[in-house]
Amino acid sequence: MADLIKIKRGLDIPLVGEAEKSIKEAVKSEMYALIPDDFHGVVPKIMVKSGDVVKAGSPLMCDKNRTEVQFVSPVSGTVEAVNRGERRKVLEIVVKSDDKFESVDFGKFDLSKMNADAVKEALLQSGMFPFIKQRPYDIIANPEDTPRDIFVTAFDSAPLAPDFSFVVKGEEKALQAGIDALAKLTSGNVYVGVRPNAGVSLTGCKVVAFEGAHPAGNVGVQIANIAPVNKGEVVWTLSAFDLILIGRLFTTGKVDFTRVITLAGSEVENPVYVKTILGASISSVVSGNVKEATHNQRIISGNVLTGTKVSVSDYLRAYSSQVTIIPEGDDCNEFFGWATPGCGKFSVSRTFGSWLFGKGKKYNIDARLRGGERGIIMSGEYDRVFPMDIYPEFLLKSVIAFDIDKMENLGIYEVAPEDFALCEFVDTSKLPVQQIIRNGLDALMKEMN
Amino acid sequence: MEKLRKYIDKIKPNFEPGGKFAKLRSVFEGFETFLFVPNTTSKTGVHVHDSIDSKRTMTVVILALIPALLFGMYNVGYQHYMAIGELATTSFFTIFLYGLLAVLPKIVVSYVVGLGIEFISAQIRGHEIQEGFLVSGMLIPMIVPIDTPLWMIAVATAFAVIFAKEIFGGTGMNIFNVALITRAFLFFAYPSKMSGDSVFVRTSDTFGMGAGNVVEGFSGATPLGQIATQTSGDVVITDTLGSQLSTWDMFLGLIPGSIGETSTLAILIGAAILLFTGIASWRIILSVFAGGYAMALLANTFASTTYPGSMLCPIDHLCLGGFAFAAVFMATDPVTAARTNVGKYIYGFLIGAITIVIRLYNNGYPEGAMLAVLLMNVFAPLIDYFVVESNIKNRLKRVKKGGANE
Repeated sequence: MADLIKIKRGLDIPLVGEAEKSIKEAVKSEMYALIPDDFHGVVPKIMVKSGDVVKAGSPLMCDKNRTEVQFVSPVSGTVEAVNRGERRKVLEIVVKSDDKFESVDFGKFDLSKMNADAVKEALLQSGMFPFIKQRPYDIIANPEDTPRDIFVTAFDSAPLAPDFSFVVKGEEKALQAGIDALAKLTSGNVYVGVRPNAGVSLTGCKVVAFEGAHPAGNVGVQIANIAPVNKGEVVWTLSAFDLILIGRLFTTGKVDFTRVITLAGSEVENPVYVKTILGASISSVVSGNVKEATHNQRIISGNVLTGTKVSVSDYLRAYSSQVTIIPEGDDCNEFFGWATPGCGKFSVSRTFGSWLFGKGKKYNIDARLRGGERGIIMSGEYDRVFPMDIYPEFLLKSVIAFDIDKMENLGIYEVAPEDFALCEFVDTSKLPVQQIIRNGLDALMKEMN
Repeated sequence: MEKLRKYIDKIKPNFEPGGKFAKLRSVFEGFETFLFVPNTTSKTGVHVHDSIDSKRTMTVVILALIPALLFGMYNVGYQHYMAIGELATTSFFTIFLYGLLAVLPKIVVSYVVGLGIEFISAQIRGHEIQEGFLVSGMLIPMIVPIDTPLWMIAVATAFAVIFAKEIFGGTGMNIFNVALITRAFLFFAYPSKMSGDSVFVRTSDTFGMGAGNVVEGFSGATPLGQIATQTSGDVVITDTLGSQLSTWDMFLGLIPGSIGETSTLAILIGAAILLFTGIASWRIILSVFAGGYAMALLANTFASTTYPGSMLCPIDHLCLGGFAFAAVFMATDPVTAARTNVGKYIYGFLIGAITIVIRLYNNGYPEGAMLAVLLMNVFAPLIDYFVVESNIKNRLKRVKKGGANE
């Protein structure tokens, strides 16, 4: 029987447009792209030029500082372009699919006979390694480390996120293979965070069930409640959505970036699960399923808390397991908005009339900030949505002041920007909390290494 | 609305840097965001935001102040007509109108002076006008005696906004509660106008209304003033004409005192609004009352005639003076209060206890709520420091133990 941990603090933002539990095959995408910006802290070194023929699993780029970490093409075809922006920064590497979906053959793997180095080698070669992140700093793990533990979150609690127990159907073998592979990489445990009654039976790892609202599904929250990261320790983290992809490598010897994501949000005609391939064009995912509207819409690769704003001509980002479409809201002009009863406005406080409708009501929230940026005024707001033994406000202030000792003491090594996403949502002062934490982690990393 | 929006968009360029009225940009923005919720959308981080912003927060606090303010206005008239012996012959409406006319100028002065300074400093710093003063500006007239001259309110407000807030960096940065600094400034700079028996009840007319002579036997002393000057054994608190007041009278609040502070009932209605909406911390409010009650009970247990206040029943203490007002509206100011949950209990409890200590054992100050809150404003960061420090210690202990909590 799995351990059960109850997460008491948190918030499920009740958004309209939850995906219906049926899988739709996405339209075939002509182009696929790898976007270096998805991999925070990586300095891209491009290994292909336009016209090169690639297979799924052929390296497109690597990290300049750690060349063994390779990033591969999700499909077979030819490299269409390497698009650069200002100062020749690489924006995307676009691959034109040949519709054959051939993969590089990485040979047969027998996990029972492989040691840590062999597993790492396989992950690095096949471009699967970038799915593994590390705490501290929330960046792609360093393959030279041996992590204290590895944490896998096997459910996503973010708004409108896919239900993992639905997505994992038919992939149980791959998931188990992924766990077996991870187990080779650590001297400690592989922890898997699941929902109670998720019905996954896994061996070779410690399964811990989490009950409670978002961010219960954030791996950082799970770590904090199982075995927090201390200064000097390194743990690896990944999402089980990505672990399935890793598992496929070890069961078939081939890479397959196919995944089932949700297409959800109030601006989606029929919110549904979509089977697609990472890096596919957004237009192929959303085609024919966006509401016709005269107002502007915002397409997000990822969820509304941590996702990236994209346009129809962009591509599905590397770690995304959903595409969300919400109204942009920049064309509304609300007269005396702060004084109206606000029956349709969602707020965790009861300052708007919407509390009358109770907790069951779903809201259509647009992308407006709904206020101006202020100094930190209200207290205790962050604490209510931050289920770790950390004082988020004090940590945030120490990051702003960049007081390294204090940051360390207050738990900077345990957090990632995503853990602060709800703080940013509820913040009366509308501060860019995730950005502040990200900048703090980057500056700290520079300082420490 | 469309027309107004279009008009604003049309005149907007004049206020941009380089425009004709660039110097009034903050003011313009202030009015624009006052009329329309800004429709800027998120650029980084989360794509959706909670609907609450600081304008809404401040609006709710003002809403919560309204019952106490309206009651205060009525009470000003009530005390006046009682003093001139015409209470029975005056209609409810007239009583209220008298109070309204007496209080309104104070509100106007407080807002004009305070917001004026806010506007100027927002423009100097080049940021948006912040809403903090909307609440302070309403609090200030509510915590002064009715006969405080307007120019004093103007001077004190200017002092408080500049020296207690703007020099620290504006809303959210101040150490002391701005409204209480105003009160403290008045109290120490013009003691004769802020205490004694003649300032809490207006005996003269207001704009020619309610003229009359004070009846015989009138004394404008507040209940706490009466206690402070008590010399004999039994404590008997009376109204201005000498009839005894019950605990229920003190709770309802038709007694002399600062404008908004007298009615515990009206204040508790405000507290209910603040707590229900989640704006104020129930931890602070609860622990202020707990601290005050505990201290008053302790004093009452060891009652002595040297300190006549200690003879009073603890519940009366919570209803008298500015205790309830300070607990609900002053101690809960999130900027100057403790910010950790544990800290809030300590902070509130000490405010309650110190209020009663000052009230009872210091003959110079009949009321201690203002000083207690200001004192604890100073200590709030220290309380938080120790709370946070214990979290840090736990984290370090975890390292020593060797990590995982196996």
